[in-house]
Amino acid sequence: MSLRRPAKNQPENFEFNSSSLNAAKTIVSKYPEGKQQSAVMALLYIAQRQNDNWIPLAAMKYIAKFLDMPYIKVYEVATFYTMYNLSPVGKYFIQVCTTTPCMIRGASKLVEACKEKISQNECELSNDKSCSWMEVECLGACVNAPMMQINDHYYEDLDKEKTLKILDQILNGENPKPGSYRGRINNEPENNRKTLMDYKNA
Amino acid sequence: MLKDQDRIFKNLYNDMGSDVVSSQKRGDWVNTKEITDKGRDWIINEIKDSQLRGRGGAGFPTGLKWSFAPKEVGSRPHYLVINGDESEPGTCKDRDILRFEPHKLIEGCLIASYAVQAHICYIYIRGEYFVDGQKLQVAINEAYEKKLLGKNAAGTGWDLDIYIHYGAGAYICGEETALLESIEGKKGQPRLKPPFPALIGLYGCPTIINNVETIAVVPTILRKGGKWFASLGREKNTGTKIFCISGNVNTPCNVEEEMNIPLKELIEVHAGGVVGGWDNLQAVIPGGSSMPLIPKEKCETLTMDFDSLMAEKSGLGTAGIVVINKDQDIIKCMARIARFYKHESCGQCTPCREGSGWMWRMLERMAKGDATKDEVDMLGDVTNQIAGHTICAFGEGSSWPVQGLLRHFKKEIVERNNLDPIVQKKNNIPYLVDQHLLDKKNA
Repeated sequence: MSLRRPAKNQPENFEFNSSSLNAAKTIVSKYPEGKQQSAVMALLYIAQRQNDNWIPLAAMKYIAKFLDMPYIKVYEVATFYTMYNLSPVGKYFIQVCTTTPCMIRGASKLVEACKEKISQNECELSNDKSCSWMEVECLGACVNAPMMQINDHYYEDLDKEKTLKILDQILNGENPKPGSYRGRINNEPENNRKTLMDYKNA
Repeated sequence: MLKDQDRIFKNLYNDMGSDVVSSQKRGDWVNTKEITDKGRDWIINEIKDSQLRGRGGAGFPTGLKWSFAPKEVGSRPHYLVINGDESEPGTCKDRDILRFEPHKLIEGCLIASYAVQAHICYIYIRGEYFVDGQKLQVAINEAYEKKLLGKNAAGTGWDLDIYIHYGAGAYICGEETALLESIEGKKGQPRLKPPFPALIGLYGCPTIINNVETIAVVPTILRKGGKWFASLGREKNTGTKIFCISGNVNTPCNVEEEMNIPLKELIEVHAGGVVGGWDNLQAVIPGGSSMPLIPKEKCETLTMDFDSLMAEKSGLGTAGIVVINKDQDIIKCMARIARFYKHESCGQCTPCREGSGWMWRMLERMAKGDATKDEVDMLGDVTNQIAGHTICAFGEGSSWPVQGLLRHFKKEIVERNNLDPIVQKKNNIPYLVDQHLLDKKNA
């Protein structure tokens, strides 16, 4: 299990804004009547997006009331799943995959790059408070290893140099292009494709 | 090598676009009505004849699973749930289906829903695949517009609604009952079986759960016939499979190949060979991190299917092949996998919760050479205490890779760790300190 604690400094109040509220209502309608508890995971995501990428306790209480379920059940869910950030992370949240398939292709170099550019420790905000990074478990892009995720997007086929460049762009407020950074197309074998050739040339 | 016309996922590398029009050009949605008109029994029998086995890891026969759904819908509605919580290290096949072949999946959902009499289908996608999930949502919206979903979907007379449910970074939610708990809005902790989900599943209703790849191949099987699918591969291990080849190879890739293909062919032909040449190969994890590794000697002749890997005391799992060459420290690789399992244990069963961390701490020390002689046997003992003593298969998943390491690389561990047992010699080895509390202060 992973150790997860809510942040010490918590805001007093939390409320969905109107666009979050609409999104929340749409999501609740996806589930059968009386089973609105199913929407809790999606609502936590909505709260996280609204609240600069992290979920305060007040949001959990608000969601509990919204879905008519006990607060402790929401708390359980929010602390069980690792993608809910319980303390502030940067506007750009960088997750470096370091599980074995990435590790053997040099994920530690990406970690080094993050340490140089962002902060010495994981989950620590950078000097300008815009970024933080952490090591995560397998992100499911193993044939594109080593890779990292910045907010929603995957950055694949990296090495230290390319990572430094991406991080520089982010610190300058630019949006680097997601995808492979060795120029290969999706998950095909780089310069070694032997299958579906007719379709490639079609 | 498999012929291109026998490949099911023709858009695996997105040469043609994933929208509904180009999917129709590839043959999706062409005669869905004709298929469903042949009736439920025909569909289930055809899938049984094809001997399709679930692609999510366990390899359970799909036709058999569908036949477990109650024949008549009682007071409780039926549900179809698609498992797209792909988190097994070494596996990234479902992601490509979600983003490049979404219509195969959606059409498969319609046919499977019809076969098991479900009107609602939930697709559970891991939270990290948010962008890919959005692409699937676009495809679902397209299907609604073209009346391929909703009331009288694709003219079949069957009503179907598909909803996406995002996970949030829990590996354990790939276990089918944990996945149901997660959809119900709870912590993803697996349920005891029986009762099996086919009778009591989501919201206590009959539920059929299939992997993304399993469902996505169904329409093609029904079009080309179960016999065609069964003619590929070998008896009981039929058809094609997307293999993900990662790790120390020159061109890591996803490729669809026939079952029972030699491992060496996959690595040498598609993945461009091992970095440093075949002789530099150390070991291969054949089916995602939870399957025991296989040393180089056996890789020469190994063929990739469920039963032949079982015979090697490993398994096909999700067909995520991780190649490890001699530049890597094998003990460190396995220690990292043990850390993954320590991180992902749901904490419900004591042997797994405590044992996964214990294995990780021992392996970390073994990688550094800080372990004592007696700990090698102790490690094996711990794995045996976990496997088979937990509610779900996570216990096996976490202990098998360690058992595989002990089976094939015990010599390396013993050579590196020759400290005397702690009681006789006072080495300062803090294995009684609860180290998982030290590892992440800010988590």
